[in-house]
Amino acid sequence: MRIVVPVKQVATLDEDFEILDGGLAVDPDFLDWELNEWDRFTVEAALLLREAIGESGCEVVVVTVGDDDSESGLLSAMAMGADRGVRAWDDSLTVDDPLSVARVLASVIDRQGADLVLCGVQSKDAANGATGVAVAGYLGLPHVAVVRSIELDQASSTLTVQRELEGGVLETLRLALPALLTVQSGANEPRYANLRAVKLAKEKPLDVVELSDLGLGADVMAAAQGSVRTQLAPPDRTAGAEILTGSPSDIATRIREIVQERLNS
Amino acid sequence: MTTTILVVAEARAGELRPITAELVGAARTLAAGGGQVSLLVVGAQTDALVAASSSLGADEIVVVPAPRDEFEANLWQRAVESVSAEIQPDVLLTGYTVDAMGFAPAVAAQLAAGFASDVTAITSTAPLRVKRGAYSDKLVADIAFDGKSSVLLMLRSGSFAPATAAGTAAVRTVEVSFEGVRAAEHLGFVEARSDGVDITKSEFLLSVGRGIQDEDNVARFAALADSLGATLSVSRPLVDAGWVDASRQVGQSGKTVKPRVYLALGISGAVQHLAGIREAETIIAVNSDPEAPIFSAAHYGVVADLFDIADALEASDA
Repeated sequence: MRIVVPVKQVATLDEDFEILDGGLAVDPDFLDWELNEWDRFTVEAALLLREAIGESGCEVVVVTVGDDDSESGLLSAMAMGADRGVRAWDDSLTVDDPLSVARVLASVIDRQGADLVLCGVQSKDAANGATGVAVAGYLGLPHVAVVRSIELDQASSTLTVQRELEGGVLETLRLALPALLTVQSGANEPRYANLRAVKLAKEKPLDVVELSDLGLGADVMAAAQGSVRTQLAPPDRTAGAEILTGSPSDIATRIREIVQERLNS
Repeated sequence: MTTTILVVAEARAGELRPITAELVGAARTLAAGGGQVSLLVVGAQTDALVAASSSLGADEIVVVPAPRDEFEANLWQRAVESVSAEIQPDVLLTGYTVDAMGFAPAVAAQLAAGFASDVTAITSTAPLRVKRGAYSDKLVADIAFDGKSSVLLMLRSGSFAPATAAGTAAVRTVEVSFEGVRAAEHLGFVEARSDGVDITKSEFLLSVGRGIQDEDNVARFAALADSLGATLSVSRPLVDAGWVDASRQVGQSGKTVKPRVYLALGISGAVQHLAGIREAETIIAVNSDPEAPIFSAAHYGVVADLFDIADALEASDA
């Protein structure tokens, strides 16, 4: 059995970030990168399934769309225990468009062949919440989004999952493989990779593929692209908070006053 | 120019969800220059939903009989794709909700449509331009859909007003084939946990988030809450990490609270959290990051280290 887990290296903003001239992107000097938080849960879910099946019966492959700097995110996933990694990239890729990324991921996954694809519900930086289910759309895979728990019945190749609705209500569903799931945070307790595992991860196979390897020409990508970012700017903070100033003890006094006022009004 | 808009209604447990009215409101804005708004209702027993949808402001209700009433992503995907093939909408609208996350991106992929999710504003109709957040809502992105004949937008709840229109929509049924759809089987619902404290009953919540850094600090803030006469609540990450029971979680997948005072310490203000405190009367937010999105929702803001403020609150305990 092969479980493919698409992962993303995400950016968080430094406190003093700046937007590049042209107003289209944040200056990369002000970005810190790490493996997407949701992807730690999906990798863990894959590893738990592999443990249940038996190591020799299941391969966990992590894949990403990113430039060579994104390999550290891939390596983090491999250090957790994934068997190998695949990175696809082309400088022309519009990474802030989820359909473009999904189109590439779908080709990578199609070539790998997957019984199960596990995606995070969203990435921390772009938070489109769409790439996973878009991949399912391209691949024609049955899908369930926002899953909190996954159980596999190997004999019948069926999954029992729980989808997490607003308000914390869970819906229990059953579906047959092959399938794609998007997994919500808190679904499990992701394992930490120790230094030895991190070192071993560098010995695992990591393939890099180009769009041409995937048969994705410029016309295919242009047809798939779903959006163009025309500007990035700070939000209008017109109706903002009244900022309380002073020493912590001044502020504590003021907070107590406000609380008193509001509770007694 | 006429704009054809297909709105996908959202329902749960046989009732229309409020997002549906917001979507029709947004659709009417898009159709203002001349257009047709079709509201799609999918399900087995749809009479009640059709009745509830009738005067939201759509021009027509399109009913697609489905093998079941409960939402199922793969079935809904087929229904939307089939109806789209028939009416060729310029714009498709869904909510940015758990249900819609299950099918909308797949529809957009299959239709090679333009796509944007968690849309907070539509800034222009022709050409279509929208806004959505970036980097946890610290920035706002303007999005365009050059060259796309059809665009699917998932709208953020609470960002668009329902239509003020009245009138009654025409109703028609479209038979869709669900042949070949591998739908998941519905086995049941598990209600949200209701054991533990009921934070929705408290007038004063002291709410903590990732900023408290360590599980060992939870007890300190629980004690501070007690001494202030507040109930402790938390944002999702503390529940995901297993530090606090889910009954204390505020936010989209937790509880919606309406206390008189919501004192948030070390909560950045992710949109899913803000969804849970929209109707809190007074929000006081303490965060060391001046760009934290919580400050746009708060009435009072403090840019400071929450531990300094906690120290001061503890010291001032009369």
